[in-house]
Amino acid sequence: MRRSAYSARTGLTELVMITAAVAFVFPVYILVNISLKNPSEISETPIGLPSTLYTDNYNRAWEAASLGQALINSTVITTLSLLLLVILGSMAAYGLVRGTRRINGILLMLFLLGIMIPLQLGMVPLYEFMRDLGLLQTYTSLIVFHTGTLLPVTIFLYSGFIRAQSASYEEAARMDGASSMQAFWKIVFPLLRPITGTVIIINAIHVWNDFLTPLLYLGGSQFQTLPVAIFAFQGEYATSWGLIFAGLVVAILPILIIYFLLQKYIIQGFASGVKG
Amino acid sequence: MTATVSSGTAAARGAGFGLRRGNSAGGRRRRVTAVSLWFVVPALVIYGLVVIYPSISGAVYAFTDWRGGSSASFVGLRNFRELLSDPKTAGALRNTMLLTVVGTVVQTVLGLLLALALNSAIKSRNLLRTLFFAPALLPPVVIAVLWQYLYTPGGVIDRVLDTFGLGALSQNWLGNSSVALWSVLAVIVWQNVGLTMVIYLAGLQGIPDELYEAASIDGAGTMASFWNVTRPMLAPATTIAVALIMISNLKLFDQVFVMTGGGPGYATETLSLVMYKEAFVLGHYGYGAAVALVLTMLVAALVFVQVTITRRFEVEQ
Repeated sequence: MRRSAYSARTGLTELVMITAAVAFVFPVYILVNISLKNPSEISETPIGLPSTLYTDNYNRAWEAASLGQALINSTVITTLSLLLLVILGSMAAYGLVRGTRRINGILLMLFLLGIMIPLQLGMVPLYEFMRDLGLLQTYTSLIVFHTGTLLPVTIFLYSGFIRAQSASYEEAARMDGASSMQAFWKIVFPLLRPITGTVIIINAIHVWNDFLTPLLYLGGSQFQTLPVAIFAFQGEYATSWGLIFAGLVVAILPILIIYFLLQKYIIQGFASGVKG
Repeated sequence: MTATVSSGTAAARGAGFGLRRGNSAGGRRRRVTAVSLWFVVPALVIYGLVVIYPSISGAVYAFTDWRGGSSASFVGLRNFRELLSDPKTAGALRNTMLLTVVGTVVQTVLGLLLALALNSAIKSRNLLRTLFFAPALLPPVVIAVLWQYLYTPGGVIDRVLDTFGLGALSQNWLGNSSVALWSVLAVIVWQNVGLTMVIYLAGLQGIPDELYEAASIDGAGTMASFWNVTRPMLAPATTIAVALIMISNLKLFDQVFVMTGGGPGYATETLSLVMYKEAFVLGHYGYGAAVALVLTMLVAALVFVQVTITRRFEVEQ
């Protein structure tokens, strides 16, 4: 009913919103614009379009910031963390929701508590722990870190979804002699696909964009992730903005491409994820 | 549905560890839907090692003078007394609260306005939703570097202001200690307002059209139907939006670390930043842990207040 009529007022709203959107994306325009300009043009006319496309920034940034390696590092760390989160998180949520002992409820509360605890509280002891195990400057440290810290939200999402599902399919499978593991992976897990999508989207953004812990664990090593590489790169090249911005564009391009391809699912994922 | 679940669980009562060992006929019948606790163990081990154990030892360190190495002695509340008299930490506490309170109000209002506008019949609504949400997906570090450039004195923002004849508003955006905190906050709101918008859009789409029809039959105008239908129906969305903004602003680190490093002076210091500097730069682990514990208490207090308010509100409904 509210959508049907396109009145003069709707037209005015449209005009105001388009103006607001142009102002809103202006910083991103500047980002791309500067990345394609040579240094003298950047200082003279930062806002106008480049007279010629200066792609040299991209070649140099790619080499100087080792962006290729950082891209690989971020991809490996994000993929393996997500794999562990989906496997361990879905299993744990299933066990906690379908279990009947009192301990299940207590453990679920313990996991959910983790959504609230700021990482800062355990940051030093965890750093020492990783150092003592010799895991600093390895992929493993960061994958274990992300898995541990994102399990609470993952279990929160899975447990809400599983609780709303009937147990009759897996009961039937168990009657037919399937073990609880078989029943889970063959019957239950495929039914969790919608929430698995949400879990992947929300956690992927978090892992990919995370900064402080990758800086502490991997900073200065060949294993550093994109945000850390970008930060180090900016520190090194201070005000060579064309170069730095080319690096920034490379760092956000994978996210933007996936976002524009899957925007409907991603927005839905966030909306349903935060609703829990 | 609930009935199915509870009958299933009733059949499995008493199941769990060790049930596999029983193989009498009765045991076989009962274990049909039992889910072993072993499903939970791998997740529990990692969670325990990465979150629970370090958090507990962090909380203990907060009451010691530990500076790395093997010697640490218990100092009671000394770290916390020091924390309140240290201008850096006291400033961080104040800034963190300001960013949280002001940021929450501004971002919630702007997010709601965006959602209302983009839930109307305008033709560009899908494109605009995509654009407004995009920054929320990008790394805060990238956003911070970008805005650091935009804020350069005589840079892009000053030039834009000049173009519109507002040159008098030009500032040393990140260098003036009475403006810097608000410059940082503007970046955070710019980046995250799209997430608030998405939460409100989901809330708006969950309101049945019949409610608006009924309101208009009762003679309610736009404002009246907003106040009596939209506002109460959006209460759950507000709860979630506010909680997310508050928790993320309380822990704010990346943007200040990159854009200002806490300066000028202590003007943009936050609790997370102070904790990082004390622990990882200066090696004051005990003191850093105390700052982290204060942050944890703030988050816990906030969640408690919010749950209480939400409960009361839901009872009223």
